[in-house]
Amino acid sequence: MKSGKKIPRTQPPEQKPEVRRHNFQEVSLGYTPAMAQLEASRCIQCKKPKCMIGCPVRVHIPEFIDLVAQGKFLEAAEKIKESNSLPGITGRVCPQEDQCEKHCVVGIKGEPLAIGKLERFVADFERLHKSGDSLIQTQPTGKRIAIIGAGPAGLTAAGDLAKMGHEVVIFEALHQPGGVLFYGIPQFRLPKDVVEAEIDYLRKLGVEIKVNYVIGQIKSLDELMKEEGFHAVFIGTGAGLPHFLDIPGENLNGVYSANEFLTRVNLMHAWEFPRFDTPIHPHKVIAVVGGGNTALDAARTALRLPTTEKVIVLYRRSREEMPARQEEIQHAEEEGIDFQFLTAPFEFRGKNGWLSQIACYRMALGKPDASDRRRPERIPDSEFEVKADAVIIALGSGVNPLIAKSAEDLQTDSKGHIELADEDINVTSKPGVFAGGDIVTGAATVISAMGAGKKAAQGIHEYVMKGNH
Amino acid sequence: MYTILEKENLAPRVFRYIIQAPDIAKKARPGQFVIIRLDETGERFPITISDMDSNSGTLTVYVQAIGKSSLEMSELHDGDSILDVVGPLGNASEIAKFGTVVLVGGGFGIAAIHPIARALTEAGNHTLSILGARTAELVLLEDAMRKVSSEVCIVTNDGSSGSEGLVTDVLLQKIKEGIPIDRVIAIGPLVMMKSVADLTRSYNIKTTVSLNPIMIDGTGMCGACRVTVGNQMKFACVDGPEFDGHEVDFESLFNRLNSYVSEEYEARQRYIQDTQDKEPCRLEASSQTVSSS
Ligand SMILES: Cc1cc2nc3c(=O)[nH]c(=O)nc-3n(C[C@H](O)[C@H](O)[C@H](O)COP(=O)(O)OP(=O)(O)OC[C@H]3O[C@@H](n4cnc5c(N)ncnc54)[C@H](O)[C@@H]3O)c2cc1C
Ligand SMILES: Cc1cc2nc3c(=O)[nH]c(=O)nc-3n(C[C@H](O)[C@H](O)[C@H](O)COP(=O)(O)OP(=O)(O)OC[C@H]3O[C@@H](n4cnc5c(N)ncnc54)[C@H](O)[C@@H]3O)c2cc1C
Ligand code: SF4
Ligand code: SF4
Ligand code: FES
Repeated sequence: MKSGKKIPRTQPPEQKPEVRRHNFQEVSLGYTPAMAQLEASRCIQCKKPKCMIGCPVRVHIPEFIDLVAQGKFLEAAEKIKESNSLPGITGRVCPQEDQCEKHCVVGIKGEPLAIGKLERFVADFERLHKSGDSLIQTQPTGKRIAIIGAGPAGLTAAGDLAKMGHEVVIFEALHQPGGVLFYGIPQFRLPKDVVEAEIDYLRKLGVEIKVNYVIGQIKSLDELMKEEGFHAVFIGTGAGLPHFLDIPGENLNGVYSANEFLTRVNLMHAWEFPRFDTPIHPHKVIAVVGGGNTALDAARTALRLPTTEKVIVLYRRSREEMPARQEEIQHAEEEGIDFQFLTAPFEFRGKNGWLSQIACYRMALGKPDASDRRRPERIPDSEFEVKADAVIIALGSGVNPLIAKSAEDLQTDSKGHIELADEDINVTSKPGVFAGGDIVTGAATVISAMGAGKKAAQGIHEYVMKGNH
Repeated sequence: MYTILEKENLAPRVFRYIIQAPDIAKKARPGQFVIIRLDETGERFPITISDMDSNSGTLTVYVQAIGKSSLEMSELHDGDSILDVVGPLGNASEIAKFGTVVLVGGGFGIAAIHPIARALTEAGNHTLSILGARTAELVLLEDAMRKVSSEVCIVTNDGSSGSEGLVTDVLLQKIKEGIPIDRVIAIGPLVMMKSVADLTRSYNIKTTVSLNPIMIDGTGMCGACRVTVGNQMKFACVDGPEFDGHEVDFESLFNRLNSYVSEEYEARQRYIQDTQDKEPCRLEASSQTVSSS
């Protein structure tokens, strides 16, 4: 047993707030090998590691940390990849403080191990230092699997199935695979080359990725299975339908959904207009409505655009209730984002068709509601206006109906989420069709989508190998 | 990559393309559209599918060269390729036996009306197509429309072909003649669709219009294409693009379509500047050679 408890948690260096608010480069610069080894030495190698309980895919945390401590970084990467094929991504975006790190025993008296940052270090080290992937040669099974949607759920399922020897084709609606990892989460939090590297790896495994394929429109599930000869299908199409507030003025120019704003900037490179053709209007004061990761990503992206002078986040509860990750809230505050808590808009007002003012109420917190957070209630006569020339609505998202519309025998709940017939293998009501990720659970996390992709891959493998499919 | 098999310059700034896209051609139906991205730095822009041939695996589209992307597309030639073509997107037009249907096509909206007219005629309707344009040379697809419609009326603003005036003048005249009109389908510039809808509202004739808001993904993910129909928010790419013309809030759509005017202008000017530096007036030159042949 090591007795590293007295060493404080190692903080990786970060770009300074006043510098990073003007660029799109990653905020956290990551550990050096020495820092990683120092941090790893704090792990007391629990016999019954509590940290693993918090990890949805049960990464072998003590084993990989021990390998880091010994400087065996590539071996550590292999160890993580036994249960998590995208560590460079999860190490950056998992809400670790609510998952693995929340349960770490070192955290009871001091600060928990920086499991996520170690995971990221190991993944980055492997990406930069490994010459060629050791591709496992598996016997082809002759089974063909279609994966719909190239988000974390689909990518994980595809990787696992390819390793089992199946022929895998991913159909992605956009011109770029990655799902939210690409069009939603900005590069200063998740650099696109990290995502690209994972996608390249899948291609090396033999996975074919067909972009520009909107399933439901160009092909139905039945056509995939009956005409294209796929033995099974996995649906990982996410929860991409943006919610609006349903208040007056939402059609004014300058009102965006977070998805539109982030897609323009991240996927279509509007921040590089006019080198790229997609524009984003040069706004000065941008308000963001919401308090989750999406709201903060939109706010911090808005701040980085060259003409932005001020970004205000309007959130109807208080800081404690914000669902966004602590780290992101802190980063946003350091960068100078103005948080207006207990504030709820009720009307967008405009001039000449463009947004100019947001009319809001002040709120107070009442009794806890179903989500166990205190319910915000409107304070009478508290109306006031916030001046802004753009507002980004980040209220979460619903389910896209395209697939379900094209397959009547696929059961969905009242909100359109695909229902599972067996949650252990993520199979749906339609034979041969599996599903996982946000399309099943509603907007959740990257790691839970990956976990679902993994379970479904196992289910699909058993399904195609047993019958005459 | 999607290859352009054939490109033709039909009128000043109006081009027809036949594009190889077998999977889309197999599935596409009248009323649907594709989203095109020309190259790595390009934007995604929607274009109506005007014809599809599942045997040859091709799509026909008509593009008016007005801004950066459409001008850039007008520089492509036979054998060149387009990086991304996504589709078919949107819902197909409702094809049924309505009785007498009036199809109003304005400008390059005629290209969108064409497959709908054909399908409605095949479904046993009496189809009257009213084709409008500013001037004679902008009346697209006249012969093709005659082949697929029971009757065709041409109307131009300057009277250079057919009658002089607006499509609504002809429509009003037909209504006044007393022919029973069971449905009107209008596709063209927004002002035209609005005036058609305003006219038919007073005569209680169900009218379908096809909306063209700014789009990005075309799959219901971004909400940029939102329009107000019957006081409800709809996404034109997945709920449309066709809607009941009497329910559409045209005013807010006019406003939203103008949201990127200055950026579009900037991009267009820069593009014209760049291409002229390389080779003077390529677009004008090519349009002259082809249209005079
Ligand atoms: C801005 C933002 C920030 C976030 N930050 C975090 C974070 O920090 N940490 C975290 O854990 N989670 C975060 N999340 C949530 C997380 O990204 C999602 O839970 C996760 O991406 C869901 O994965 P998925 O594979 O189910 O779907 P998605 O990532 O949504 O991918 C679905 C894919 O399917 C494609 N598709 C959709 N319909 C079709 C169709 N008909 N045919 C073909 N393809 C189709 C889509 O284009 C997309 O590429 C964030 C989400 C957003 C929007
Ligand atoms: C469902 C749908 C179907 C369409 N079908 C066709 C088609 O078959 N042929 C065709 O040529 N165009 C069509 N359009 C319009 C086409 O997508 C736009 O004209 C295109 O984006 C032009 O790009 P640009 O860069 O050349 O011009 P931009 O620089 O984007 O725009 C130039 C000018 O056109 C206006 N404009 C921009 N977008 C639109 C729009 N969506 N509708 C109307 N005006 C707009 C701008 O305000 C500006 O004044 C369609 C649009 C939709 C939504
Ligand atoms: S995958 Fe996420 S929860 Fe699991 S160990 Fe890694 S960072 Fe922690
Ligand atoms: S709980 Fe903490 S100390 Fe124990 S094994 Fe996990 S990371 Fe190490
Ligand atoms: S174009 Fe994005 S939702 Fe319609």
